[in-house]
Amino acid sequence: MASHNESIIREPLITGSDITYAKITTDVLRPVENAPTKAWWIGFSMAAVGACLWVFAVSWTFWFGVGSWGLNKTVGWAWDITGFVWWVGIGHAGTLISAILLLFRQKWRNSINRSAEAMTIFAVICAATYIVAHMGRPWMFVYSLPLPNQYGSLWVNFNSPLIWDVFAISTYFSVSLVFWYTGLLPDLATIRDRATGIRRRIYSVCSFGWTGSVKTWQRFETVSLILAGISTPLVLSVHTIVSMDFATSLEPGWHTTIFPPYFVAGAIFSGFAMVQTLLLVTRKVLGLENYITMFHIESMNKIILLTGSIVGVAYMTEFFIAYYSGGEYEQYTFLNRFIGPYWWAGCMMYGCNVLMTQLMWFKKVRTNIAISWVLSIVVNIGMWFERFVIIVTSLHRDYIPSSWAMFYPTWVDLSVFIGSIGVFFTCFLLFIRVFPSIAMAEVKLLVKSSSEQGKKKLLAEGHLDPSHAEFYKESLTKFDSVDLSEYEKV
Amino acid sequence: MSSTKFILGLFDDPDVMMEGISKLQKNSVPIYDVYTPMPIHGIEDKLGVKPSRLGYAAFMFGCLGGTTIFSLVYYFLVHDWPMDIGGKPAFAAPNFIPATFEWTVLFTAFGMTITFFFATHLFPGRAPRVMDFRATDDRFVIAIDAKGNIPHADITNLLMEAGAVEVKHNDRKYVSYE
Repeated sequence: MASHNESIIREPLITGSDITYAKITTDVLRPVENAPTKAWWIGFSMAAVGACLWVFAVSWTFWFGVGSWGLNKTVGWAWDITGFVWWVGIGHAGTLISAILLLFRQKWRNSINRSAEAMTIFAVICAATYIVAHMGRPWMFVYSLPLPNQYGSLWVNFNSPLIWDVFAISTYFSVSLVFWYTGLLPDLATIRDRATGIRRRIYSVCSFGWTGSVKTWQRFETVSLILAGISTPLVLSVHTIVSMDFATSLEPGWHTTIFPPYFVAGAIFSGFAMVQTLLLVTRKVLGLENYITMFHIESMNKIILLTGSIVGVAYMTEFFIAYYSGGEYEQYTFLNRFIGPYWWAGCMMYGCNVLMTQLMWFKKVRTNIAISWVLSIVVNIGMWFERFVIIVTSLHRDYIPSSWAMFYPTWVDLSVFIGSIGVFFTCFLLFIRVFPSIAMAEVKLLVKSSSEQGKKKLLAEGHLDPSHAEFYKESLTKFDSVDLSEYEKV
Repeated sequence: MSSTKFILGLFDDPDVMMEGISKLQKNSVPIYDVYTPMPIHGIEDKLGVKPSRLGYAAFMFGCLGGTTIFSLVYYFLVHDWPMDIGGKPAFAAPNFIPATFEWTVLFTAFGMTITFFFATHLFPGRAPRVMDFRATDDRFVIAIDAKGNIPHADITNLLMEAGAVEVKHNDRKYVSYE
């Protein structure tokens, strides 16, 4: 029941006084129901320019062929697959937050799941554009599907991880979309019932006639729980299969059994970093400090620290196994990451992903917004370099020294990459304009049990273990959205 | 003869609303439905709403998806066009697992969600049947069919006593039709 009081020693998930259900609606819908701010227009214009650059660069690729990229005979796979894996990895956090944290009953997910899921969908769209772009002739995409054809029928090879990937990515995208949109229905109904005129009509169509009756909510919760249950193994399977694109080859540096867990941890790591990057800005610009609190930021940082450390252990294991295998090609590949011509990429990878995230052991770092934001970007850069190192550095010196080569990106490579970031931000900025960026219905569930005002009432009533009360007040000092002076008297 | 079709008790607190439901039930007033801006746990038991059977549907769709793709892959790679890859058997079952898993999840998700939409009559463009516009915002609404539940004043009193912030006597069932 909603009246159940949570233990006082748990930190509040909603801060601020006089938070009512109506105030949550108003606060969350402010960017949706009002004209966009100047900051939004500036951000949107920049993102749209990036998206146009993407359209131009991809059109160029289709017109002149993949030869306009910097690929050569030795490095036949470079920025395209790097960008693809990077985006798919980023696209892992949303479903992780909404599915795994739901199964673990982590209530702090309620205020960040919506935007994280949206981010997932846009990141997977960006990843998918790389697949289509690197085909050069995008209409050939149809040959990756097992459809009857005039060659026999010649079917696709289900022994190949690339075909598994087609199934994994398309399933992941469509299931994430269903999960996200089903969750949006009650909130779209809220917008519909507050709007008038044409806006009401549009949101009426979008909200599928949602009413919020008892049976609807009951079924909605069943659907959410089961979707979370099936999305959890799904999200793990996606990056496992992406890693098998590499791990099932015979390429030194790729042919390792540690790849699946290592890639999954890396994906969660980069995804949470991207969520952190976006949320810290969103919370400030949209004034959502009371709903995305310091507790959320610190929890995210703890997960980044954990997954970053798992990635660090995986790196060390890779090196040890390369040494222990006794295979000289394997050993050379890993040594080459430090002493080869791409040593700087290796330094970026290990430095950004492992060394920098270790700073998050310090509470001062975890609870500092500026440092957290910078570190989240450092992680994103590091994770891009991780994929670059795995792909290009492993390929560029193959078995025959006469075919050794370097990879130099052309302006098309660069534009496709920068453009994909533009596409991502265009989608994200449009999303926060038209959809509620916080799951209102789910945050409303927390008002009575886990809000600061609810806990303040408990404190004022007394009947608490004084050491617990003291512990709780101590934990509030890190919050930037809590007025501590009110706690001196209680 | 009053023209009231539905009596709505509007509450601003879910716990007070739950007490309101108890009170109405104690006085044998049948409740038509309850509309809330968020899921309220325990309300189904109180109103005697049976547990959802969507889980069974999800399971069946999952079985269907897994079976479908496994049979297809078997047909493609073993029956229709077996390939000799280094003398290895065409029926390489472990390689069939990823696609089988993905379609199991895919069919479960889509099958269950479509069943949910179908059973709950949710689809794009459906006219919303809203009794009170604030039921999706900050009001917890108990709806009582006015027909047969007389006198209306008694029900109003019951709701007010239970802590309703407002009681509405609506002449139309739904206020959302233009």
